[in-house]
Amino acid sequence: MAAALPLALVVLLLLGPGGPALAEPPRDSLREELVITPLPSGDVAATFQFRTRWDSELQREGVSHYRLFPKALGQLISKYSLRELHLSFTQGFWRTRYWGPPFLQAPSGAELWVWFQDTVTDVDKSWKELSNVLSGIFCASLNFIDSTNTVTPTASFKPLGVANDTDHYFLRYAVLPREVVCTENLTPWKKLLPCSSKAGLSVLLKADRLFHTSYHSQAVHIRPVCRNARCTSISWELRQTLSVVFDAFVTGQGKKDWSLFRMFSRTLTEPCPLASESRVYVDITNYSQDNETLEVNPPPTTTYQDVILGTRRTYAVYDLLDTALINNSRNLNLQLKWKKPPENGYIHYQPAQDRLQPHLLEMLIQLPANSVTKVSIQFERALLKWTEYTPDPNHGFYVSPSVLSALVPSLVAAKPVDWEGSPLFNTLFPVSDGSSYFVRLYTEPLLVNLPTPDFSMPYNVICLTCTVVAVCYGSFYNLLTRTFHIEEPSKGGLAKRLANLIRRARGVPPL
Amino acid sequence: MAATYCLGRAFTALAALLLLSFGSFAASQIEDQAEQFFRSGHTNNWAVLVCTSRFWFNYRHVANTLSVYRSVKRLGIPDSHIVLMLADDMACNPRNPKPATVFSHKNMELNVYGDDVEVDYRSYEVTVENFLRVLTGRIPPSTPRSKRLLSDDRSNILIYMTGHGGNGFLKFQDSEEITNIELADAFEQMWQKRRYNELLFIIDTCQGASMYERFYSPNIMALASSQVGEDSLSHQPDPAIGVHLMDRYTFYVLEFLEEINPASQTNMNDLFQVCPKSLCVSTPGHRTDLFQRDPKNVLITDFFGSVRKVEITTETISLQQHSEMESSFKDNQMDEELMEPLKYAEQLPVAQIIHQKPKPKDWHPPGGFILGLWALIIMVFFKTYGIKHMKFIF
Repeated sequence: MAAALPLALVVLLLLGPGGPALAEPPRDSLREELVITPLPSGDVAATFQFRTRWDSELQREGVSHYRLFPKALGQLISKYSLRELHLSFTQGFWRTRYWGPPFLQAPSGAELWVWFQDTVTDVDKSWKELSNVLSGIFCASLNFIDSTNTVTPTASFKPLGVANDTDHYFLRYAVLPREVVCTENLTPWKKLLPCSSKAGLSVLLKADRLFHTSYHSQAVHIRPVCRNARCTSISWELRQTLSVVFDAFVTGQGKKDWSLFRMFSRTLTEPCPLASESRVYVDITNYSQDNETLEVNPPPTTTYQDVILGTRRTYAVYDLLDTALINNSRNLNLQLKWKKPPENGYIHYQPAQDRLQPHLLEMLIQLPANSVTKVSIQFERALLKWTEYTPDPNHGFYVSPSVLSALVPSLVAAKPVDWEGSPLFNTLFPVSDGSSYFVRLYTEPLLVNLPTPDFSMPYNVICLTCTVVAVCYGSFYNLLTRTFHIEEPSKGGLAKRLANLIRRARGVPPL
Repeated sequence: MAATYCLGRAFTALAALLLLSFGSFAASQIEDQAEQFFRSGHTNNWAVLVCTSRFWFNYRHVANTLSVYRSVKRLGIPDSHIVLMLADDMACNPRNPKPATVFSHKNMELNVYGDDVEVDYRSYEVTVENFLRVLTGRIPPSTPRSKRLLSDDRSNILIYMTGHGGNGFLKFQDSEEITNIELADAFEQMWQKRRYNELLFIIDTCQGASMYERFYSPNIMALASSQVGEDSLSHQPDPAIGVHLMDRYTFYVLEFLEEINPASQTNMNDLFQVCPKSLCVSTPGHRTDLFQRDPKNVLITDFFGSVRKVEITTETISLQQHSEMESSFKDNQMDEELMEPLKYAEQLPVAQIIHQKPKPKDWHPPGGFILGLWALIIMVFFKTYGIKHMKFIF
């Protein structure tokens, strides 16, 4: 009876307001995406993006039903009246010179920038409380954010979402460069995903592989976006992004072949049932300077082409919701293989042996047109034995000039000539075919200033040592080996007798 | 006739006696069960696990703390009831050859860092002040919930500390110390504020027994890895990682705890025997005089696990399909349409930036010092020249 009463109450609550049931289409949706980009340096970059869009007005009171949008973040938006929130944790640095431009770069450490709504009265107080709450959610020391490391930018960091006016008074920005990102920050980040780490692309997020990378950046971005093309109403968008760069030598053991299993030690088994779209994109734009072609296995059914970051790129698309690609019996393990054309270079190097033979380096290079090729060699300077120096060592030492033997294409085809009938200046080098001519060029010799020792030092050392030996040892030797006798003074002398004479005359006692 | 009457009477007396004994037996069984149910007197468990050392060569202290964290989580205490403080990051340290892992045994058998760790206080946040604030509950109001010790008077708390210590103190991050007197006073504050039911304090440092010498609050049991004057030694180095992986005492405690499951009846006396001098080189010590119950009645899971007394019911309750709460959104959908279309902000509006005026600073009325200075000047002026001279000015 007592149990039946609450049961009855519960049923009443469910049936109470509204009337007959009408199934409401879900107002939030999830799209997940993984982009795999082979980088020019042989490494591979993987960028995950999980985007939840919620067609709702969060600023109203009474929102208590959360489905895909995480409740922790939804409550933050309504409590602190946020317009936008961008939080990132990064380890490492994106090397644009070797890897190309990134999709979204973040500074090393933790970065937090927030736009508040214009209804907020005390922005600094909300900012401080917000950073404390975020430090609890993400297990990071964001509570160290205070007025000493917060700024209000006046020109940059415009809102990335929909905005009608931008009064920079409501913007706050802070960076904590000392912040470390590790599994304890990844775990709550994964828990915000609707499928957690159980299905879809998030099964690949294993900490022991994700942190064994040259660059790891995970971020949370919340902003309002246009709901439709006319942009008459807004939805809230939550994007969780994670970018990693796997090192070719550390993870790949020097080989340039990649697969999902090699990178993440997992393969994709099933799509996230809550996702409306779940795709993997692989960048198959070929890198022409190496003349290599990229082969992707399994072959993609569709490709996507667009101008990304200023260049035209082609992507192979794999849709996880396609049952032909991935189902209960098949996993998806993407493999990337590089096919190189046969090499036509040659290198011969013979290292030097001290006092026996010099270095010899021979290289055969194909120079591309309209380009500059630099060849540089590092060397160290060593000291010679002091007898091996020339009498004028401060002049320097010479390194023999380099030789360039080249086959230069001719503008006009030449025909082989009879050696006896042509002038002598035309028959220096034999001509095999007329399309190019042979030339041998030399560089200047290199004059290297070696550190020279101070050649006067042996002389100085000998003098000093002999003086010390003579003074010290000699004195001791004399003291120990000489005997001393008392000598009687001699009786007189001429000078003494003369002196006594003068003294007697003066009245002074004699000597 | 009389014989049967007597026999009958004896028989009834015997039956009555048997019934009485059965009744009392049943009553005592119920009493036993009730006593079992209320034996320990606690209703929830908390754990505060602190590693106080910084720098790569103190890897073993982080491994110690994470081993206890792992055992405590395995035996049932959830992350929301664990306050984990690690003074340095070993797992993602650039010197770690296997990132995102912390190993407790050589040959890399057991990764105690795991995939599901939540560190509440990390790096520079592990200070003596924060530790004492966590214990006593005197925390700034903006502290998130995961960083608080929200225990009550029916909580059993496990406090584990490890690091470098000496006679009467424990070093925090090589820059400050906590003394045994401060710790004893903090526990007394906790007792006065009724923040614990029973407390188990384990410390694995050199001369660890000195840290529990000064406790004076009731219901505290303490264990230490070494006596005053002895050093706690580390267990074994690992040639691949290059540092010692664990301390001996915690290594053997971890081995002991790996055999405990939530239903085990092992008691504290077994924990006191865990690391004899032959294995640990130092002499572990313990202190039970402040504890009211006998240690042999105290289960390991009273402190290391979170054993809930649950009652399982087999009734079923059926829930209705997809609630009516969504329908309330329907009628509000109309008023979200705005009149004019919105647009995205321009990310780098050069013209607007160049021509923006600097914001005028808010005017604040002059403060006390300036007002006082001006009042002084004006007073001196009037005293010198007098009011009657003012008519020449105006």
